Amino acid sequence: MREVAVVSFAQARSVRRDILRNEVEILMPVVAEVVAASGLSRDRIGFTVSGSCDYLAGVPFSFVMALDGVGAWPPIEESHVEMDGAWAMAEAFTRLQHGDIDSALVFCFGKSSVGDLPDVLTLQLDPYLVAPLWPDSISVAALQARAMIDAGLTSEREMAEVAVRSRRDARQNPYAQLSGDFSVDALLAEPCISSPLRRHDCPPISDGAAAIVLAAGDVARGLCEKNGRTPAWIRGLDHRVDAQNLGVRDLTKCPSARIAAEKAGVSAAPIDVAEIYAPFTHQEILLRRELGLDSKTRINPSGGALAANPMMVAGLIRIGEAASRVHKGEARRALAHATAGPCLQQNLVCILEGE
Amino acid sequence: MSTQQGRPLPDPIKMVTIPSRLDYTITPGEAPTRFLRGILEGRILAERCPKCGKVYMPPRGSCATCAIPTKEQVELSAKGTVTTFCVVNLPFYGQAVEIPYVCASVVLDGADLPFFCLLAECPVEEVRPGMRVEAVWCEPSERKPSLENIRYMKPTGEPDATYESFKEHL
Ligand SMILES: [Zn+2]
Repeated sequence: MREVAVVSFAQARSVRRDILRNEVEILMPVVAEVVAASGLSRDRIGFTVSGSCDYLAGVPFSFVMALDGVGAWPPIEESHVEMDGAWAMAEAFTRLQHGDIDSALVFCFGKSSVGDLPDVLTLQLDPYLVAPLWPDSISVAALQARAMIDAGLTSEREMAEVAVRSRRDARQNPYAQLSGDFSVDALLAEPCISSPLRRHDCPPISDGAAAIVLAAGDVARGLCEKNGRTPAWIRGLDHRVDAQNLGVRDLTKCPSARIAAEKAGVSAAPIDVAEIYAPFTHQEILLRRELGLDSKTRINPSGGALAANPMMVAGLIRIGEAASRVHKGEARRALAHATAGPCLQQNLVCILEGE
Repeated sequence: MSTQQGRPLPDPIKMVTIPSRLDYTITPGEAPTRFLRGILEGRILAERCPKCGKVYMPPRGSCATCAIPTKEQVELSAKGTVTTFCVVNLPFYGQAVEIPYVCASVVLDGADLPFFCLLAECPVEEVRPGMRVEAVWCEPSERKPSLENIRYMKPTGEPDATYESFKEHL
């Protein structure tokens, strides 16, 4: 396996609704920043890959328009995944294994605000038997939370504790949308919006963008040395999918996350920091167990998706946040996780290590 | 015929109709907003790339080549040159214009990107690349923040532009 590292990361500040800027205008400064921070010039980028979703934008081929913010002339080698940028990163990692190029730009963007997000997300359900009933994403997540509580795997109080910790940690994150000091008891006094979920159990709706630059071997070493950071080597990467139909899954388990964690080699050594993409509080509790993390691992110091959840972006932000801890020497071994689909259907696990 | 507990099964379902509808509120972004404010006043405000000098009409906020913001506004005249065109002879549902009619790519004088528009007040067989055209605007009272404020382009009667002058914009 060829060595590949995250050499730079940039993100836009997540906001509830970026009414002034279009996707290209949100993306352009992020891409400019990540390329500048990598130390590479644009013409040295070997491969470019993006993650986004036309259903979010409400515009067909919105990913093609996004290239206006990237600079695709003279022609670049370019690809797209209709998924979170974390999966675009997986494609870039794979592309770099071919050995003919040394660097890749990965970017993603999502304006979750232009449509009714919980309804837009209904379209990722089984289109024949489930989607026609229009269960929104919050109601579907509530089924999973209820199943976990009924199985004795969590409680509304433990879920509220996840929200309090996430919002408190997000105070240190200038890119977060939702942060502050809250008390568990005050949050539990709020009404349910879809029982057993209260507002604090759900992620904010966010507009945002993020990008990373990957580089291979000595190119990564050289760039990081010049920029005074430790390369964040991708030492394990795997992604798996559970069944789409909710009725055939045990929602209190997430085998795809567990297998991805095994294949990525999570258990080989202690994990200092984990950035987990858990849009709902109960999902962090479920994922901690499936990923095999114990109390020694610091979970989501960025505040996680409960503090900012730009769709198609929040997964790549997890990779970027985890990589940043390694860049700064704050973590020797970090885990980044991304999810997509209803009730954690698809999961990606990435292990990042310093030298 | 197959039966279940002695009763005949209903006819199998071969097709389902599942209506779905999503509503979006899309805002154009900073550069298109500047452009649409101009269009509302009957002015064409394109934007120039500060690096390569290309003029975008309509502007989308970035230079697609340099990937930097285009902020310098350039007012263009509503005159231009046909680069390519297509004669529509096919009726289709929702057609707004009587066939045959002409859709053309027109590069406005001073712009580096053609835009798509209707071409009228001209027999369809006379339309040709290089033809000089100008905008026919809606009445000020009918104007919206939309390129549709240009109802169509019509020939100016000027001599044709040379191929050399627009070959980059094909
Ligand atoms: Zn330019």
